[in-house]
Amino acid sequence: MAREKLKRRARGRRSPFAAAILIGVGLLATGGIYAGASAAVAATDDATTITTQASAEEGETLFQANCATCHGMDLEGREGFGPSLNGVGELAVHFQMSTGRMPMQMHGPQADQKPVQFTDEQIESIATYVQSVAPGPEMPSTRVIDGEGDVSHGAELFRINCAMCHNVAAAGGALTQGKFAPDIMDTTPENIYAAMVTGPQNMPVFNNMNLTEDDKRDIISALLYQQEAQAPGGFTLGSLGPVSEGLFIWIFGIGGLIAVAVWITAKSN
Amino acid sequence: MEHDDSKGALKEYVPSSGLAVSIDDPVQNPGLPPHRERLTDVDPKAAKRAERTIYTLFYISVAASIWAVAAYMLFPIEDQELTSIRQNNLFIGLGIAFALLAIGIGAIHWSKTLMSDKEHVEERHTTRGSEETREAVVEAFRTANEESGFGRRKMIRNSLFAAVIASVLPGITLFRGLAPHDGENSPVDLLKQTMWKEGEHLTRDPSGTRIKASDVTLGSAFHVIPESLAKMGHDEGMLNEKAKAMVLMVRMSPEQLTEREERKDWSYDGIVAYSKVCTHVGCPVALYEQQTHHLLCPCHQSQFDVSDEAKVVFGPASRPLPQLPITVDAEGYLIAQSDFHEPVGPSFWEIR
Repeated sequence: MAREKLKRRARGRRSPFAAAILIGVGLLATGGIYAGASAAVAATDDATTITTQASAEEGETLFQANCATCHGMDLEGREGFGPSLNGVGELAVHFQMSTGRMPMQMHGPQADQKPVQFTDEQIESIATYVQSVAPGPEMPSTRVIDGEGDVSHGAELFRINCAMCHNVAAAGGALTQGKFAPDIMDTTPENIYAAMVTGPQNMPVFNNMNLTEDDKRDIISALLYQQEAQAPGGFTLGSLGPVSEGLFIWIFGIGGLIAVAVWITAKSN
Repeated sequence: MEHDDSKGALKEYVPSSGLAVSIDDPVQNPGLPPHRERLTDVDPKAAKRAERTIYTLFYISVAASIWAVAAYMLFPIEDQELTSIRQNNLFIGLGIAFALLAIGIGAIHWSKTLMSDKEHVEERHTTRGSEETREAVVEAFRTANEESGFGRRKMIRNSLFAAVIASVLPGITLFRGLAPHDGENSPVDLLKQTMWKEGEHLTRDPSGTRIKASDVTLGSAFHVIPESLAKMGHDEGMLNEKAKAMVLMVRMSPEQLTEREERKDWSYDGIVAYSKVCTHVGCPVALYEQQTHHLLCPCHQSQFDVSDEAKVVFGPASRPLPQLPITVDAEGYLIAQSDFHEPVGPSFWEIR
């Protein structure tokens, strides 16, 4: 009898929730320490932010510290790491760095957008440096990116030249082997222009002889219009067409029908 | 079981049970479950509540219908703004949806809670008609034949047969044009030819402006139409011609191109032009990747290698995209050397 009682008490002491509570406490502690540490790191990051005037010298230093590993000390590129930057110009540097694509996190099907790693001044410095070593396409004039162009002409050009990859609603789309055309729903006018002129990664080049500056101004205006326009049809579901719409109707539409059918045939109590 | 062949036709067929052990009526009819009274059957208060719910739902429907009418006036589409279209759609739609939904829910709730739910069994009648019915039908047909003279007046009957058969002939004439045939406007010829011909300038879609070879920089992609197509009107069959003649033109460095000896002069200094109509089912295939030189069709994921004569590298397409042989004129503008050397677009009966 006594032994049995002891056993029961021993079992009682280890509550069935003990394991769960232990794991919870462990997770909380780890998370707390991590949050504290990353906050500390963030705080030191802030301290190093220095605002400087954009200059080629500053840019050269930054380039050699951050880009030269792959693109070479003199922009000549390194086989298997990064392409030569001769002739890409300040426009390509602005596009790649201000969207966070460069510096690249790792090699993959394509360089993804991620949080921007440098300040605007630093990016401008590197762009100035790259432009001074080997000139290439320049930043657009303010007129090209003012968004005051012919929206309907721009939309027509967009449908002919861009929509097959970027989707007619500029929502982006899939390409081959893990590559994709990104959405253009919150891309800045400078970067829309830069993408057309420089043809980043697998995007073809649309130079000013193909689409003139006025054409580009119209396309940019059409995209800016679309970025701000409200969808008249309500929920866009990502504007991805039959994929997301089909998923929605299969899950919620058919799910709703099943629920109603169950309710109709259930007996009232 | 004995067989009696002399009366076999009249006797009802009874299958032999063979070696099987037959069980009489293996599934017993369990009958109806005992009737269970609903809350609304025993509790008058619950019945009252259900009644209130039902008429409330029907009145909600009335209100929603009135709201839909009011919304049509309250949210007009007059200022050409997308916002007002959206509000108009939304509020009228909500009104109509609730009006119909409330009727449906109310009716079902009514039948489930208040209408009688006593189980009834309605026996199925046999499919075979009674002897009298069957005889009456046979008699009706016999009389009809006799009175109309369908079997007797053979001339009339045969002429009717002739008329019915002849009535199909216009249909055959009408659809004959779709069948493969030779001569002018033969579909095979129409599918084999496009607007491209020797000296036809390559121009930008949609403006129709000529393209200099020097405009096509490395990595560029141009969407191209024949110059004479740009001048056509929609009423002159422009879209039909465009559907066959549209071309994607790209440039890469000449050493990246793999070309057969006899096709070496079809490109110009690394500029190649290929039909934009997929050889699978004819979607416009224009998703060009400048670094891999792959062209992807968005419909069924066929991939073509533009650097290697647009051969199929993936997907359901079975033929490479037809190449448009190009060169430049005296002023440096790109022109076609000839039409495509093979039909563009999906395979059909003459080409596989």
